[in-house]
Amino acid sequence: MKRLGTGGWVILALAAIYFIGPLVLTVIFSMWEGRGHYGFDSYVTLLQRPNIVSSLVISVELSLATCAALVVLLVPAMVFMNLYAPKLRPVFEFIAALPFVVPAIALVAGLSALFTGPEWLIGTPFYLVIPYFFLALPYAYRAIDVGIRALDLATLTEAGLSLGADLGQIIRLVVLPNLRTALVGSTLLTLAVVMGEFTFANVLLFHTFAVLINEVGQNAPTEAAALSTLSFLITWLAMAGVLLAGRRGGVQLSGAR
Amino acid sequence: MIRRSLGLAVPYLFIVAFLAFATLFMVAPTVMLAAQSLSGDNGITFEYLQALGEYRYIVAFRNSIVLSAASAFVGVVAGGLIAHTVLKPSAPNSLRSAVTSFSAVAANFGGVPLAFGFVATLGSLGLLTQGLKSIGIDIYGMGFTLYSITGLTIVYCYFQIPLMVIIITPALQSLRVEWREACENLGATPAQYWRMVGLPVLLPSLFSSFILLFGSAFSAYATAYALTSGNLALLTTEIGNVLSGDVMSSPQTGAALSVGMIVVMVGVLGLSAFLSKRASRWHK
Repeated sequence: MKRLGTGGWVILALAAIYFIGPLVLTVIFSMWEGRGHYGFDSYVTLLQRPNIVSSLVISVELSLATCAALVVLLVPAMVFMNLYAPKLRPVFEFIAALPFVVPAIALVAGLSALFTGPEWLIGTPFYLVIPYFFLALPYAYRAIDVGIRALDLATLTEAGLSLGADLGQIIRLVVLPNLRTALVGSTLLTLAVVMGEFTFANVLLFHTFAVLINEVGQNAPTEAAALSTLSFLITWLAMAGVLLAGRRGGVQLSGAR
Repeated sequence: MIRRSLGLAVPYLFIVAFLAFATLFMVAPTVMLAAQSLSGDNGITFEYLQALGEYRYIVAFRNSIVLSAASAFVGVVAGGLIAHTVLKPSAPNSLRSAVTSFSAVAANFGGVPLAFGFVATLGSLGLLTQGLKSIGIDIYGMGFTLYSITGLTIVYCYFQIPLMVIIITPALQSLRVEWREACENLGATPAQYWRMVGLPVLLPSLFSSFILLFGSAFSAYATAYALTSGNLALLTTEIGNVLSGDVMSSPQTGAALSVGMIVVMVGVLGLSAFLSKRASRWHK
């Protein structure tokens, strides 16, 4: 191995202790059964909790619904904006930057002030798809924008039209496959963000996975550590997917803090 | 002809649908916050915005700013050093990609799970706390607690440092080898190179990274909530308390606090955009 210098190794060693230490200790802590015994008790207890499956299912459903919303609502709008209304680009950029400026807790304050009904909208957990859409928007927008800029959208569309395809076919058969990397990347990222999202769910009183972790953690720390371990694995898997999909496409960042 | 006009109607429909969705659920709630913070029983009032000057909100503003600045500062320094180390030409490629991948995961690992990971480590019953106690170092006896600004700073750094590694890497890569070689040929020491060439070129990027990190900590709610249960006054948890009815405050107060946050974030991101424009001069 080549040299990094003493300073370099010291920095890396300290970083490794700070970053790996808590992970290892969390895993050990999650297996603590008292009086020096270690095992998988807390994981077993977790599985027996009545809410765990339902909250996990809700979080997964919300992740998928948010991804679907991005694909249906954002992707075609961005493609068509680039094709037919490039003048609207600044408006799109502005909207994509808004969720950075308006923190999640402020957006949820605004949403709950503005919408007190109807029940079919705000009464189901799927109401959360709306704020989650905006949570994922800045990252998804950037990833898809990079993807679209790399394509010669106008030529592709003209080629498709002159070969007799309609717009739907062009989007489905030409544009979307070309945007695959960007789509997979932003989908997985959205998955990771939504699975860990707490702010909206907690304030709007929906029982998602992160809300459950918090609830468990207030009275059963070892089980909470077990849940943290699981959730780190989920993030790890999602990001491994992003990195594989993006290859050298750079790393993206989320906002679920 | 009909087919042609239909062909154009559909694209515009999608564009309009997206814009309408964003206006209804993103722009309108924000405008609503501003309106609500100004609405009194009879007409416009500035009483709620003025109430932000009360002691407890000043404390929340101060705590949020201190926590964000401290964690952003540690993040910039530590993340910058880590990125610099792994980007050295002599660093093995495997190390570089390991650090990049780990940063991608850790920067996205926030919120409640992170909080409980640290409770398991540094909480009063945490393994590290207990381990240190057994060798005679009682950190809680010495006044440390995870549920303070110091504790939260330690936790926040877990996503701040990787965030810094990710955002500073392009800027570090744009430092040209030729500049360094020119300095060496002219007889400069590495310290002189950094003081007179490297850091001045990097300075705008470092500033804008600091500001982005500041913003990321400033708007964090979940981690702080899970750790402090809202007992340590931060802007985000104060707003959360108002929203969930844990404190006797009017919704207008929550709106005013939110408007305060948005104002800070607009300032912070405006500054960042300005500085990164200056930084881009070197990134041709």
